[in-house]
Amino acid sequence: MYLKPSYEIRDKYLRKDMLPTIFCPGCGIGAVLQYTLRAIDDLGLNQDEIVWVSGIGCSSRVPGYVNFDGLHTTHGRALAFATGIKMANPDLKVIAFMGDGDAAAIGGNHLIHAIRRNLDVTVILVNNFTYGMTGGQVAPTTPKGLRGTTAPYGSFENPFDIAELAVAAGANYVARWSVFNYLQGINSIKKALQKRGFTLVEFLSPCPISFGRRNKLKTAPELIKWYQKITVPISKAKDMPPEELEGKVVIGEFVDRDRPSLVEEYEAYKRRAKKIMGWEE
Amino acid sequence: MRYPFPVGDADFIQGDEAIARAAILAGCRFYAGYPITPASEIFEAMSLYMPLVDGVSIQMEDEIASIAAVIGASWAGAKAMTATSGPGFSLMMENLGYAIMTETPLVLVNVQRSGPSTGQPTLAAQGDVMQAIWGTHGDHSLIVLTPATVQEAFDMTIRAFNLAEKYRTPVILLTDAEVGHMRERVYAPHPDELELVCRKLPANEEEAKYPFGDVHGDLVPPMPIFGKGHRTYVTGLTHDERGRPKTVDAEIHERLVKRIVGKIENNKKDIIDYETYGLEDADIAIVSFGIVARSAMRAVKELRKEGINAGLLKLNVLWPFDFELIEKIAENVDRIYVAEMNLGQLYHMVKEGANGKAKVELISRIGGEVHTPGEIVERIKRDLR
Repeated sequence: MYLKPSYEIRDKYLRKDMLPTIFCPGCGIGAVLQYTLRAIDDLGLNQDEIVWVSGIGCSSRVPGYVNFDGLHTTHGRALAFATGIKMANPDLKVIAFMGDGDAAAIGGNHLIHAIRRNLDVTVILVNNFTYGMTGGQVAPTTPKGLRGTTAPYGSFENPFDIAELAVAAGANYVARWSVFNYLQGINSIKKALQKRGFTLVEFLSPCPISFGRRNKLKTAPELIKWYQKITVPISKAKDMPPEELEGKVVIGEFVDRDRPSLVEEYEAYKRRAKKIMGWEE
Repeated sequence: MRYPFPVGDADFIQGDEAIARAAILAGCRFYAGYPITPASEIFEAMSLYMPLVDGVSIQMEDEIASIAAVIGASWAGAKAMTATSGPGFSLMMENLGYAIMTETPLVLVNVQRSGPSTGQPTLAAQGDVMQAIWGTHGDHSLIVLTPATVQEAFDMTIRAFNLAEKYRTPVILLTDAEVGHMRERVYAPHPDELELVCRKLPANEEEAKYPFGDVHGDLVPPMPIFGKGHRTYVTGLTHDERGRPKTVDAEIHERLVKRIVGKIENNKKDIIDYETYGLEDADIAIVSFGIVARSAMRAVKELRKEGINAGLLKLNVLWPFDFELIEKIAENVDRIYVAEMNLGQLYHMVKEGANGKAKVELISRIGGEVHTPGEIVERIKRDLR
């Protein structure tokens, strides 16, 4: 991989008339976007054959900033829209750029079923543990005990582990990193973009304004240091007892396999239908 | 092209089946749905036929996802449809609004059953008239067609696709469990005999830059579908002609929403469709639609046999609504009756149209049974006594 200067990536892929972005100082979405664009650039993918899909939230604004076909849809529903796009035109490569609230709360069922079907889509999941756009409410990912405006005394619910959920539901590729792990992050996105079926790369991403400042993590550097503290590489986590893993977030590649994708399965299904009906040998 | 059902020929089939076959003949190649009585037969027929015509039929996790997938497929270039009934229709309201705002052609079939809530799943009703027209939030307009026979269900499905493509808008085919489950003789034309409309695509890159602009002066922008190098951005947020979000500019919002509403309302003449019987010399008019219009027709004939000058206005399109037509009728009759299977929904529109020029009365029936002609006759005769 050759790390081009950022302005080359910006000039090639961003819509200048849409800048500046809505993102707050210290936000990690820009970094995750850059990793995604670098992965696309490094793979030499055709910009005109990629569609970006999103729901609602800060990270869901991304398809507006990138110069590709893009569908900015309703809250939580991006993967349902993506199913229609991909199945109607399997030649298109679909990237869903999602936030944790969007993907795991209101869109949780669509997420599970898109993974179960092994829909050919690459999900870039920006996990900032909060609802940033609406002002810092707790999310289904907020670590227990941490604060949000709708749990001002500290969250009393168990958080979702989205990467583990994706593995269990049957995804072909799942990885999780923090925005700090930029090389691993770019490499994971590159892998994900080249695979058939459901692929998901999750990033722990700082939101100092809505999440951090309510949790004694007022700046992006403080959040990144915190990520370094709470993250454990998957190779190391394997040998750790559950009590030691309490409050930790495992990072790394969770799964990399090649189960038949939805598009492949449907192609086979069409052939089966024609054969059963005697339309084809 | 080979079809898995008779074309250029008649068949004896259910309304739901007719809708599925017509959709395929209209060029629909994407269907997403969720099982629900009494609309499941549409989905089952689509599932049987779609793989054979190289289309897609997929069962989603709910009705929210069904209409979402249909919108996605439409932007990927497919003619796309979903079908449901009351509870699922309620779930679709949010993304129906998204389809209106993003000007996405699609057909949404609602085979009405009794509500509210789970209600009477197997029995017919016309309780979703208001919801079909006004159900999604915000200012909007859309097209609502309503068939009374299985043949009409077939014909109107094709028309629904044509209107959706012509005006870049969702079109609702509002039918009910009676029409959906009834078997009647249906003639399915060969596709060569059909006039099919496809959405306008941008003629050049300049046009493609304005996917939400009135580039042809007809309020309907050409639709730059995905994967053609146009790099179109589509959002449910208020957007300018290029599709860029502009969420705090009153003028841009007004221009966008008025154009989206205007492209339907200004083309009323092209869209509206109705039939009349005996209205020329009528003292009493019955306004009805869907399955009830068939009872109303019989009632009009019975009343005329008894020397009462009754006439029928059978609406094939519920929205856009011809308020002027109702006013004209009101000027010439003593009384207008609205016969519908709800507690009065079309009634309110007719009352507004009549503008006080004739008394408007409701002949309501709920509980899952269609008005009998006799009931309508008796009610009118009682009022005349």
